[in-house]
Amino acid sequence: MEARHPTRDYVREEVLPTTFCPGCYNGIVMNAMALAFKELGIYDLRSYVFVSGIGCASWIPNPYLKADSIHTLHGRAIPVATGIKLAKPSLNVIVIAGDGDLASIGGNHLIHAARRNMDILVIMVNNLVYAMTRGQQSPTTPQGFITITTPYGNFEKPFDISRIIVETNANYVARWCIVNFPQLKESIKEALAKYNRGFRFIEIWAPCITYVVRYEGKTAGGALKEMSKKCVPLSDYEKLPMEKRDGCIAVGVFKKELKPSFIDLYKSYVEKAVGGVNGI
Amino acid sequence: MRKLLSGNEAIAEGALAAGCSFFAGYPITPSSEIMHYMARELPKRGGVFIQAEDELAAVNIVIGASLAGAKAMTATSGPGFSLMQEGIGYAVMVEAPIVVVDVMRVGPATGQATKPAQGDIMQARWGRHGDQYIVSLAPSTPQEAFELTIEAFNIAEELRVPVILLIDEFIAHGREVVVPPKLVTKYRRTVMEGGEEPFNSMNPRIAPPLPELGSGKYLLITGSTHDGWGYRDVHNFETHFNLVKRLRDKIMLNLDRLFMYEAYGNEDPDVLFISYGSTARSVKEAVNELRSRGVKAKLIRLKTLWPIDLELIKRLGGDPKVVIVPEQNLGQLIMDVERIYNPFEYRVIGCNKVGGGIPIYSNELVEEALKVLGSGGKASN
Ligand SMILES: Cc1ncc(C[n+]2csc(CCOP(=O)(O)OP(=O)(O)O)c2C)c(N)n1
Ligand SMILES: [Mg+2]
Repeated sequence: MEARHPTRDYVREEVLPTTFCPGCYNGIVMNAMALAFKELGIYDLRSYVFVSGIGCASWIPNPYLKADSIHTLHGRAIPVATGIKLAKPSLNVIVIAGDGDLASIGGNHLIHAARRNMDILVIMVNNLVYAMTRGQQSPTTPQGFITITTPYGNFEKPFDISRIIVETNANYVARWCIVNFPQLKESIKEALAKYNRGFRFIEIWAPCITYVVRYEGKTAGGALKEMSKKCVPLSDYEKLPMEKRDGCIAVGVFKKELKPSFIDLYKSYVEKAVGGVNGI
Repeated sequence: MRKLLSGNEAIAEGALAAGCSFFAGYPITPSSEIMHYMARELPKRGGVFIQAEDELAAVNIVIGASLAGAKAMTATSGPGFSLMQEGIGYAVMVEAPIVVVDVMRVGPATGQATKPAQGDIMQARWGRHGDQYIVSLAPSTPQEAFELTIEAFNIAEELRVPVILLIDEFIAHGREVVVPPKLVTKYRRTVMEGGEEPFNSMNPRIAPPLPELGSGKYLLITGSTHDGWGYRDVHNFETHFNLVKRLRDKIMLNLDRLFMYEAYGNEDPDVLFISYGSTARSVKEAVNELRSRGVKAKLIRLKTLWPIDLELIKRLGGDPKVVIVPEQNLGQLIMDVERIYNPFEYRVIGCNKVGGGIPIYSNELVEEALKVLGSGGKASN
């Protein structure tokens, strides 16, 4: 029997190969998603709508995934996803975009969708730079990093986006490195099935192969090895003394709840409205 | 039933009559009453209202809702309208039917937030980057605001294009009697059933049907240049040129249906006024006054500010001694009028006033017309 890669069932074969750089971790993100779907028994993606922004990560669903996919403006994936979900709540809406798209130009939408506990799953591929536009500094670029716009080393402090989202009303927040493949896949499954309501956020730490890994003179394999050491499970991370935390990435599920979502609350709001608010 | 409505309320009621079920907006004077009305009415009627975090969100939420099948609208004013431009360009490119109301106030920047103006008419037309065509409509009364809002939804749905409703603050906040039409024609986009291309059309006058999201058609939608199936093509000349040409033709070949106007006064005028919105109301009075003094005068009032039928205006306007274009800005529509009436052959003058909430009065227009006529009309050079 011919071996068939599980991801192929969920991609548009006619557009392969992808235009991602050789060694790009976006392929691993696609695989994790495909396996998550398969293991959940979701064999086609017809009830799913993928919404992305502009950037390399935003190409994962459009054109590669065999599903309805909407490639929006830079930074605007979340509002478009919000409109789709509210207009047709039967659709499962998943946003995939980069760190620049979601945390910088679209940062306002991100925190507000989280605050509203909007019923969407957001997957942020954090490659630490603006990859598509040649690797400029992004709001998640670590301090000291050399990029084309920080040629003497980045002196700005980056965001810890997952921590920011934890502090909001979001239902689900997790972060995994690309080396945590099984956990990432389980996390996607959890955010699609058991925790299928409200705002769900998964950050994937996946340094850009071209503008981070190779820029630093490292190999793809070497970078992965180094990453395995740097990624510390959340519980261990919290036991680390402060001075040892620097340079480590806490991974794990930061939050999982089933609080009423925006749509849940809107439904009760509508009941109130139909009953008449203050006699209107 | 007769109702006393402000222009803003008339727009909200018109939208509901047209079947609008989705509104996203961000507060801004003088457009907020539209949002307030929708916030109160939509939840009661099974629709969706959401107050967005900013105008970038508002327009993009509305685009998402539209792609998911809703008749969706947003409303804003100057600064918010500027923020929405990129989104409107995106709606042009993905052919999402949306209605955007811009209640025009004095700009640029925060200008005079509560005062009326007509300064956004070129922005409505050309405010986005790239070659792109939209439709913009400008009502003159609350009654017309109601009717043109319905028309805006119909055009948006029929041509899969953003329609911009430009209303100035005079009409937005002025309250007048509105008689909603007994029968409202509501157009709804055709939904793709077979295997048509969602971004191509054999007949350039007709917008392609879009399949419903979630119907298993595996729709590809992108604001980048794309072929008929939605596949991105960011390299080839033909794909791009054919796409932008089709998006233009979809509008321009429907000029006869899209260009709406009112002609008032003498058939063959010596004084021709071309105007729109609240300003056209003073012009109408001026036309009456001039005619009562034996001057042949005419108003062509544009209800559609884009696209404009230049030939038709020329036919209606004839061969006047003077063409006057009153506007609450420093002269925007006059640039189109000068394409019809060459300023080296005709006397084309603007009558411009903006700021402070002071309208262009009819007696000013009458004086201006008489002064120019007295000096012989035709340009002296
Ligand atoms: C309004 C706007 N500003 C800038 C750009 C240019 N641009 C395209 S992609 C990109 C950055 C993408 O970075 P990220 O979101 O991190 O995605 P990545 O390519 O790293 O996956 C930028 C700035 C744009 N398309 N639109
Ligand atoms: Mg990035």
